[in-house]
This record gives sequence, structure tokens and C-alpha cells, in this order.
Amino acid sequence: MKRVYPREEVCIGCHLCEIACIVEHSASKDIIKAFKAETPRPTARNLVEEEGAISFSVSCRHCNEPPCVQACISGAMVKDYQSGVVRHLEEKCMGCWSCIMACPYGVIRKNPVRKTVIKCDLCPERPIPACVEACPNRALIFEER
Amino acid sequence: MEYVIIGNGVAAIGAVEGIRQWDAASPITIVSAEPYKVYGRPLISHLLAGKIHESDIFYRSDDYYDLRGVKLLLGMRAVQILPDKRKVASSDGRMLPFDRLLIATGGIPFMPPLPGRDGPDVYTFTTLDDVRKIEVLIGKAKKIVVIGGGLIGLKVSESLHDRGIRVTVVELADRILSTAFDPIAGEIIRKHLTEMGMEIILQNSATEIVRENGHIRAVIMSDGTRRDCEAVVIAIGVVPNISLVEGTGIKTNRGILTDDFMETSVSGIYAAGDVAEAHDLLLGQRRVTPIWPVAYLQGQYAGFNMAGAKIAYRGSIPMNSIEFYGIPTVSIGLSNPVGENYEVRHMYLPERNLYRKIVLKDHLLAGAVLVGRIQRAGILTGLILNRIDCESFKEELLKDDFGLINLPVEVRKKMLAVNP
Amino acid sequence: MEKEQRGAGALLYYDQNQNYHDFVIERNPDKCIQCQVCLRQCSYSVHGYDERHDEMRADETRCVGCHRCEALCPTGAITIKKNPSDFRDNALWTPWHIKNIYKQAATGGVLLTGMGNPSPYPVYWDRILLDASQVTNPSIDPLREPMELRNYLGAKPDAIEIINGDELKTTFTPQIPIEYPLLFSAMSYGSINLNIHCGLARAAEEMGILYNTGEGGLHPSLYRYGRNTIVQCASGRFGVHRDYLNAGVAIEIKVGQGAKPGIGGHLPGEKIGPEISLTRMIPEGTDALSPAPHHDIYSIEELRQLIYALKEATDYQKLVFVKIAAVHNSAAIASGMVRAGADVIALDGFRGGTGAAPTMIRDNVGIPIELALASVDERLRQEGIRNQASLIVAGGIRCSADVVKAIALGADAVYIATAALIAVGCTVCQRCYTGKCPWGIATNDPYLAKRINPEIAHEKLANLIRAWGHEIQEMLGGMGINALESLRGNREKLRGIGLNEVELQILGIKHAGA
Repeated sequence: MKRVYPREEVCIGCHLCEIACIVEHSASKDIIKAFKAETPRPTARNLVEEEGAISFSVSCRHCNEPPCVQACISGAMVKDYQSGVVRHLEEKCMGCWSCIMACPYGVIRKNPVRKTVIKCDLCPERPIPACVEACPNRALIFEER
Repeated sequence: MEYVIIGNGVAAIGAVEGIRQWDAASPITIVSAEPYKVYGRPLISHLLAGKIHESDIFYRSDDYYDLRGVKLLLGMRAVQILPDKRKVASSDGRMLPFDRLLIATGGIPFMPPLPGRDGPDVYTFTTLDDVRKIEVLIGKAKKIVVIGGGLIGLKVSESLHDRGIRVTVVELADRILSTAFDPIAGEIIRKHLTEMGMEIILQNSATEIVRENGHIRAVIMSDGTRRDCEAVVIAIGVVPNISLVEGTGIKTNRGILTDDFMETSVSGIYAAGDVAEAHDLLLGQRRVTPIWPVAYLQGQYAGFNMAGAKIAYRGSIPMNSIEFYGIPTVSIGLSNPVGENYEVRHMYLPERNLYRKIVLKDHLLAGAVLVGRIQRAGILTGLILNRIDCESFKEELLKDDFGLINLPVEVRKKMLAVNP
Repeated sequence: MEKEQRGAGALLYYDQNQNYHDFVIERNPDKCIQCQVCLRQCSYSVHGYDERHDEMRADETRCVGCHRCEALCPTGAITIKKNPSDFRDNALWTPWHIKNIYKQAATGGVLLTGMGNPSPYPVYWDRILLDASQVTNPSIDPLREPMELRNYLGAKPDAIEIINGDELKTTFTPQIPIEYPLLFSAMSYGSINLNIHCGLARAAEEMGILYNTGEGGLHPSLYRYGRNTIVQCASGRFGVHRDYLNAGVAIEIKVGQGAKPGIGGHLPGEKIGPEISLTRMIPEGTDALSPAPHHDIYSIEELRQLIYALKEATDYQKLVFVKIAAVHNSAAIASGMVRAGADVIALDGFRGGTGAAPTMIRDNVGIPIELALASVDERLRQEGIRNQASLIVAGGIRCSADVVKAIALGADAVYIATAALIAVGCTVCQRCYTGKCPWGIATNDPYLAKRINPEIAHEKLANLIRAWGHEIQEMLGGMGINALESLRGNREKLRGIGLNEVELQILGIKHAGA
């Protein structure tokens, strides 16, 4: 399956990937409305890690044997073996944080507004995930490896 | 190829998913004494607390079994395993033939021999039926004593407390959650739960359940003190449910012994979950690890190997993620290492209820306890499971914003560049 | 932390002249989403975020007009404008002079700058027009007919001798084929970073042209692009060793640079990190000082010694370029260079760029490349030695038309550097010397240098060459010429406009209409 791979040597730490993710997961899908009019503002599902000159953006790796799915107590985290996507069914999520405990990439976050978690869904409505498309320096690559 | 799975918990589901990754078609039969489709067992506390509906508890969709070609025999007990005949006898007299069998019968609550134990209003708390039984107390009982301050004991206590019942927890050890927590983590949560209105008694144990006319009146403790109550929940642990394998030749210790492929001493018969004694990654020996993610994983690896894939199970590490009234906690691996050669570091901010402890052995991470802030805890889990040398960045492990950026660049790049 | 405090009341602690800043930042509050991309991208710490009021602020006194924030703002909320604040009109005391005096009165230092001379001297390219065929000599459609842009650099024999009917008896000195008359001009590793070098090298390889290492040595990772590399040997001799000299297809002796004729170079010690130290072969943290002259070249004869020393060192397999800044006596000097054995003469005009130069030098020394080119080509022809060297010109080549005009004035090819940097994002803010290039070009700060992705740089640079190549073919075709070789020195294809007699005479072209 195609996944998003970060390239830290060319990540410029601009955080546009996070902004794109927020917009893509907003109700309006309009950057200005998403930030100014929607409350609560959607949360980015990716995370830019930065320290000194190093930065990179990480999001769900959509593992082949996802530890989050194994750890989930409610069945909210599921691996779709057809598409490869690890999907989070928010309505089933109990906010037990087992997936946060299990994810070796640390890419599952608490949802700041509901007691659930939030993670990358690979932008099901887009051919290329928003973060990848928004990256101004090709520091995110969407490809089959 | 015909698969039979005894039990319908998460290990069984792991097995179904493991089998189906390698064998899309062969029939699978699940025999389960419980009359329900698989449910999220840890969710029973949420159900009892009234936070969710019973319909929310189911772990997989309604058509889950049908879609995967699984025949489900619910409310039916496997009564005997006949290894030579490759059959399982069920409570309705059927003989279920198998080529590969998985025993995933889970654990059963341990019931100590306690005067006054037998009779009404003594409960356990591991199944959906237990919730239904305890549910009758809500609105009636005012005080309940919970024997055992482990995960189940605390979760049932919290739920009962949420439903307006005064709860007293009695724990023998010097702290609650003694296996997962260390003294500091235990104390933070004990204090917090006490502030929330629960009573927690440590280093004490129930010696008698006092009854009058059959009704529970109080619990007497080893130091002679007494707590009045109308019901008792016993939650001092679960033991592997191994009665089914007695006399079959399948070797057991505390649980059913399994090899690296989750196979028991009898070829073609596998075990997984709370009933199994399987390889423990950190201790390097076989051990029962009765926790949810491990059960799934063991089930999945049993499934792989039942289907012929021959993939060794890496080994379990214990891990728990539990939140107590807004304070999240995570414990992974060895939280209380015994013996030498362990390097333990911690960071503790009592005024903010923040605690972070890491345990290292031979440059490898062996355990961690996190209280208050648990974000990205899984990175630590990954370090333990993947045996990453942490020596060069061990100082960073205590930072509560520890991230992949703190890993050596080669480790990180490899992690992020490969197909996970 | 520092960044957050900025923008609010910071002027209180500034020199009063800071208020005469060059740019203002217009932030449309309806569009600004406080995402702080501008803050993260500005290497001059102009933008700040006021957390309490959830507001972006800006300290305009620090803005250099690089437009990085404007370019990356995801909502287009930012516009960088010239500060409309004016001094009283004065044709002599312009704001430029006034502000410079303030700066120098405050610092006592030499005014520094980067890039090429921006002053309003005539741009002769813009006063030269091209011819096109009509009726008598049909034009050629390059999409339908072959159109040759390939060119060979190197000395050509005075005559060739053929024996046995079709066998060439004359032996040639090495010739370097280039598929376009465009080369990437010298920019050192140090003045720009490895990512750009890598992009230049890959683009040169893809397009069949050359790039020039400049005086910073050659990073080990780039030796593989040797067939497309000119290595430079300048007055500091940084990074020069046997393998380096043999790594490329040519060695360029840099005598002078158009942006700063007569003076040397200075890469400050703080820019000499481990990789640059290794490549330049100087200790980390030491200033890399290129002397004004080559201390072993005080005459044409000594230049000849160095040329032949290099040829010896490379077994006569490499071309030797000699590059000088275009100055008053370029024609005579070039003649001497050819006679000294240079295979290629590179002339760098006064618009040529630099990573750092004293402003007064950049803006007042040297001559326009158009005039230098015309006079050098003419002089070499008159002396009958034009064939003994190829002629490359540099310094302010902005578009394919400039290239065509240069070829018609007598050049074999042109060097481009500023245009190449613009292709990868440069906005010519002229602050290269600060090492803080927000576009990640003229900087080795690892945080900023990452902004150049070599892969993207490669694509953009190759595209630029490709695009100019198409246009050059179109212009050649329009003139009825099907090979670049046929245009070289073909000044009949040029006409001047608005030029006086002397200018026309130097350029060797007629006025439009004549």
C-alpha cells in the first residue's frame, strides 16, 4: 500500500502539513473558515517533531500488524486488510489510551475535545494525502515501498 | 483443514484474524460458554458506570463472524478435548472434529477461602454477566467492600463509586495496582481516588465476610478493623482456566504451556490468552500475562501457526493503560524490577501529579511507568519490544515530550523509512 | 522565547535610524490564521507570535524583503511592500545614500552586500534587437527541423589537415561538448550549500552542460558528476589537490570576479563547519581568505606558468579556463590570456553576482559585459587568435534573449548563476553575506540549508536550461539559422536602439533601421 514517508533531510519545519491536515479534517475544508470559524478547530493528525536543525513530520504508519489494533479494547481501531488503512472508528472509541500505549511511533493523539483518540486516516477523499500535497519541499513522500 | 477455537474472547478473535491472513477459506468453529458475541471485556466497567450502553460493548461488527466464515457455537461449553481423536466434545453432546485446535478459555477469578464467602451478594467482575448481576445492587446497596486493589478491583470500584455507592478497597500490598505500579505511582492514584471519595485500605486483607440471616453485614480485616457493607466484590486476580485440559496430556504449569509458536505440548493444539503460559520477552521465561493486547497477539500468532505460517511469537510484555478520574497512567514492561543490573530513573512532580519512571537493563529499556502525561508512551513500548539500545539517549527518556527525534538518527530513519 | 517578545514595542530599544527600514509587512487580519509559518520561515526573526492575544506581530526593521514569509503563507495574508516613508526629494541625496551614511555612522564599517550590481546603469542587452528572416532567407521551425545547440569548448586549430581523402591528421586539444550554450557559473561550496551544489551538478549532468565548483573545493559526494564539472583554482587555493584538479573536465583559474574586481574573498570562520573544512582543506572555524591577487601571478608570463602547471598536473587532458572581471583593458588582457595558453576565456561583467562584496566595489567597479565581450571578441579576431580559445561571458544574463545576443556578439557560451539561484527560489534580496538566506541557498546553517531539496533544485535548474534552450532554438530559427555555431559573432543579426555612435562602434553593430 502507499504510505506517507517523511524525509527529515529536507523537512523545513514549516508545519504546513499540520495545517493541511487540519483543513482537510475540518467541516468547511476552507483554511480560513477552519481556523477562524470552526470551534473547536480540528486537530492535526500528524505531528512535526523538531529539535535544533532537525525536523520531520510523522503520522500513522498504517502498520501491517498494527499494535494499536491489537491493544484496542473496544474494537475502535481496525485494520482494513483490503486497503491497508488502519481506521479509527471514533464512535466506538472509549478513550482508554491503550493505542497510545501501544503505538511505537507515538502518532496517536488524544482528541482535545472528546475523550477519544485521533489519528491519520490517509485522507480517504483525496488521491494524495493533504499533508503530502501541502509540503513545499517534498519532505513527505506518498509511495509504495 | 478444520479449525476449532474454544473461547470467544480477544485471543479467539486474534486467532481468527491470524488464520485468515494465511488461510482464507477453511472452516473455523468457535465454541463459547458465554452467550455473547465477542465484547470488549475491559469495557464492562464503563458499562457498569453507566457511561456506555450494552450495545456499545461489542468488539467487532455483527456480521464479523459470517464475513470470515466462522461458525459460532455460543452458550455451549467444550467439555472434553480428545487429542488422539482430534475432537472436542461439547456440552450438547456434539463432537467437533478439528485439525488445529486453539484453547482460549481465558482466566477465572480467584476466590480465596474466606468465611462467609459462599452466599448471596459476593460478586466477581470479569464478564458481562457479572455486570448484570452487580447491576441489581445499584440504588439498593450503599456500601460495598472490594477485595483487591488491582486493575479489576479499582475499575469496579470506580464504576460503583460513579453509581453512588460508597466503596472501600482492601489491598494486601503496600500500594494499589502492585504489579503494574511502583510505590510512587500507586500513591499518586491512591491519593487521587481517596480525594474522589473512595476509601482505600492498604496492607490489609479481608479475613471474614460477616453475614446476618444470610445477608452481608460487614467485612472483617486482618488487623481486626471492620467495614460495614451490603455486598462484596472479590477481585484479587484471575487464574488460567485450565480445567478442560486435565487428563489430556497437554502440559500445564500455572497455565497451559506453549512454545514459540503458541503450540502446546500436543501437536496441533494451541493455546493463547489468559489461559496460556507463553514466552515473556523481558524475563526470558514462560509466563501467564493476562492482559488484553497480549491475548490478541498470542491469538494472532497462534492463528498464523495453526494456518501453517510458522512465525515465532516474539514474546509478551505486560502493559496497562488505565485512567483514574482524569489522571491517565501507563505501565509497560518491568515496572518494579527485582534483582541487580537494573538502572532506574524517574521524574516526579507531586504537585502536578506527574510521574515518569524508566527502567533500563543492559542499555535496553525494560520498563516504564507514566502518570499524568502519557502521550507517545508507545514509543517506549516500541523501544522495549524492538530491543533498541538506549544508552546514548537514556537521559532523554525521562522528558515527557520524548519523541522519535530523541532517537539516534539511524534508528529513527530506519523506523520511518521501512514498510512497517 | 526571543521570537515571542519581538514585534511588540521593540523599537524602544533601537537606534532611531532603524525606523527608516526598507520594507513594511502588510498582514491581512481577515486571512491570517496565526499558523506561525511566517515566524518559522523568517531567518531574520521579523515575525513574532503574541500568545496572549493570539496575534502575529512583526518587527519590520529586520525585514530584508526576501518574501519567504509571503511565499509560504498558506492563506496569502502577507504582502511585503516598500516602506512608503519618504525623505524629501533630492536627486543627489537619495534615501539610499542617506541610509548608508546612517549605517556607517553607527558602525564605522564597510558597507557589505550580496548579489550583483543593482544600480541603474544602462543594460545594453535591452538596447540590442535581434533580426528575423523574411522572404529572402526562410526562417526555420525548430519543432520540425533539426536545430543544433551543441557546442564544443576548447582551443581550435588554425587549420586542419586531412590525409588519405577523409582522415584527419590534425590533433585537437581536448574539447568539451556542451548541449546548450549555458553553464552554471562558479559558486563555492561555502558561499552556497551542498544541496544547491548537488542540484547544479545533477542538472548539469541531465542537460549535458557544466557547472563550476567555485573556489570551495569539491565535496566527495559530487565527484561522480566529474564529466559535468569545472573545478576552480583561485587565489586562496582552497580544496585544490591532485584528485580535485583531475575530477572535472576543466580547471578554471579565477583571477577576478565581476562583482568585486580587484579584491579577494572572505568566508567567515563561523561558516567553516566540518564538511566545508574538509572540502576546503582548512581548519574548522578559520576564516577562508582569498587574497586579492594570486600571489604567484603578477604577469601574463606567470599566468602562463600556472596554466601549464595545471595542464602538466592533469596530463593535458583538462581544459584550462581563465576568468577575469570585465574591466577597462579586458581586450588586451584577454589577448594575453589566450597567448598564455588559456583554452577558455571567461569574462565576468559588472552585474555579476557574489555572496559578499563591499557595496562600493560592487556598484562602481568594472564594466558592462556586453561592451567587454564585443571588444574582446573583436580584439581576438583582429589578432587572429579568436580560434585559440573559447569565450564565455557572465554577469547578469537574465533570459534566453540575452544569451542569443551574447552569442551574436561573439561568445561561445554564457555562465549563469544569479538566474540559476532565482530558479530555486532566490528573490535577490542581496543579503547573502549574512549566512541567513531564508531560501536556504546562500547559507550552510543546517536548519536553513534543508530548504533546498536537491531533487527539486535539480528539476528546476534543468527546466530553466530546457526552457531557454527552446527559446534559443526559436530565435535561431527565426533568423534562419539552424546551428548555434552559425550565430557566433554574427553581429549582422543585431541592431542597437537608443545607442550613441561610440557604443555602436564598441558593440560592432549597426543602429536599428540601418
